[in-house]
Amino acid sequence: MRIVPRITAPANAGVVVALGFLSLLLLAAVAAPWLAPHDPLAQPDIVGARLAPPGAAHPFGTDAFSRDVLSRVLYGARISLAVGVLATALSVTLGTAYGLVAGYAGGMLDTVLMRILDGFLAIPRVLLVLVLVSASGSLPLPALILVLGLTGWFHVARLVRAEALVARKLDYVTAARALGASGWRIVSRHILPNVLTPAAVAAVLGFANTIVLEAGLSYLGVGVQPPAPSWGNIMLEGTEQLRTAWWVALFPGIVLFATVVSVNTLAERIRSGPTGAILLR
Amino acid sequence: MTEPLLSVENLRTYFHTRDGVARAVDGVSLQVNRGETVGLVGESGSGKSVTALSMLRLIRHPGRIEQGSRIVFEGKDLATASEEEMRKIRGNRIAMIFQEPMTALNPVFTVGDQVAEVARIHERASRRAAWRKAVEMLALTGIPSPEARARDYPHQLSGGMRQRVLIAMALMMRPELIIADEPTTALDVTIQAQILELLRDLQQRFGTAILMITHDLGVIAETCSRVIVMYGGEVVEQAPTNVLFAAPHHPYTEGLLRAIPRVGAIRERLAVIPGTVPPPTHWPDGCRFHDRCPYSWERTEHEHPPLYQVGEGHFSRCHLAEEPERRNQPHTPLVARRRVDAA
Repeated sequence: MRIVPRITAPANAGVVVALGFLSLLLLAAVAAPWLAPHDPLAQPDIVGARLAPPGAAHPFGTDAFSRDVLSRVLYGARISLAVGVLATALSVTLGTAYGLVAGYAGGMLDTVLMRILDGFLAIPRVLLVLVLVSASGSLPLPALILVLGLTGWFHVARLVRAEALVARKLDYVTAARALGASGWRIVSRHILPNVLTPAAVAAVLGFANTIVLEAGLSYLGVGVQPPAPSWGNIMLEGTEQLRTAWWVALFPGIVLFATVVSVNTLAERIRSGPTGAILLR
Repeated sequence: MTEPLLSVENLRTYFHTRDGVARAVDGVSLQVNRGETVGLVGESGSGKSVTALSMLRLIRHPGRIEQGSRIVFEGKDLATASEEEMRKIRGNRIAMIFQEPMTALNPVFTVGDQVAEVARIHERASRRAAWRKAVEMLALTGIPSPEARARDYPHQLSGGMRQRVLIAMALMMRPELIIADEPTTALDVTIQAQILELLRDLQQRFGTAILMITHDLGVIAETCSRVIVMYGGEVVEQAPTNVLFAAPHHPYTEGLLRAIPRVGAIRERLAVIPGTVPPPTHWPDGCRFHDRCPYSWERTEHEHPPLYQVGEGHFSRCHLAEEPERRNQPHTPLVARRRVDAA
């Protein structure tokens, strides 16, 4: 986009580590077919090779069906990250649009839109998603993404609306109105840049939230359906043998944990950066 | 006489707040003729800025232009025009120059981009054509090396340069009327003079009418042929500039003129008007100025004065028009007396 003030806050070690980890994870997810030592669904020897501890052949061990856990975690990353990214993109788009409309319009429309939002926010998201998901039995992946996206935009809308309320009182917004700019032009040109930072923070935190939620649903058996691997359902299968084969649940757990911590570190970095700094790339 | 360019009749803009109805503009009528510069003066809170914003229908909730207000511009009533029609007038036929040149420009776009935007809105000009026109306008406003400056961001320019940019934006479509809301207040004195000179120059070139809103009577003396004084959401006096300065009629105008510090005058305490503008939710009964007025008497506390004609083109909302002998009996205004009583 356009030139905006350079990021002035020093890059700290935490941010570097977080960015490094996430880049590696993304690369690994993309390159899973080449990186994975085994087929994530193959059950080569369900009697002889089941629950093998980590070793040279299987760095993360094998599960109860003799499948390679490393391969499953790698392929699981593809699904978990895709669900997180797509669902978050959907919810941030929806929330930003809703918040901009409410915040810029103000008055009655704002009041009505916000009361509706309060209604949505009063329903616990996990319960809402569980009801939606279990009512339909097992959901195909696109439907799961849709459900997560459609239930994740409420707080984004609230944040964006608050920011838009401030932005619409700025002198240059009044000046743009005095020049005959249309509502659409004012919102897209003058208000939107002001809400990008909070929207980006909400997006990043929402992403962390979504992959945790997806893992939770899959762990409960209503998310990503086996045999397709997701971090959540690998852990579900691993819990059954937690005493005898800790590696099945531990490795996906560590990856999930590291992902969420990294993402939150990044969110904090964006929040403390100068307004508009995220326009840079 | 020819029809005025802009004729505001009984404009009332009320803000419906939780604390009651704030009658910020309460029955203002004024005219601006083609090519004329009219001054609109008053203290903060007198309603002059709300009047300006009302003319372009830029008042937002909870503010409202009340029924019965008329804003006739080139034969069309803007008070009842559709939002679509208003958009075609704003920035095109009537433009506005704002007080704060820093905050009236968006920090994330170049100034050339922002000047060009006006042509993009009203002419659907191509990006290139709009940019060319913007650079021309910047040159007209006396910005040196306009091509290079057009690529600067607002923070890279000085206050005076930014105000020139805002003037370029306002003049882009050669409007019939420019509403200048305190265009020089935020600037250094030397720059103020330059900007006023520029406005006068461009006005003569394009024949634009200007409504100059200010609390600075010096600016009025410098630029305007006619002055309208506002107080308490109303027009309290209206006169040709020289008449107003030589022989003000309304005690409020008198007070304003006396409050101008003069270089070379014998040093004494600067005259002030005691008290402040009352809140627009609670205008006083009778004359709205009566408790700050050195001539107030019984009648002014109860009877709201009409706009009396007191001379050629000279109007004053003061009962002194009917009882001029009262001017010889000045006394301490009610607010000041109340303060003494309280102490």
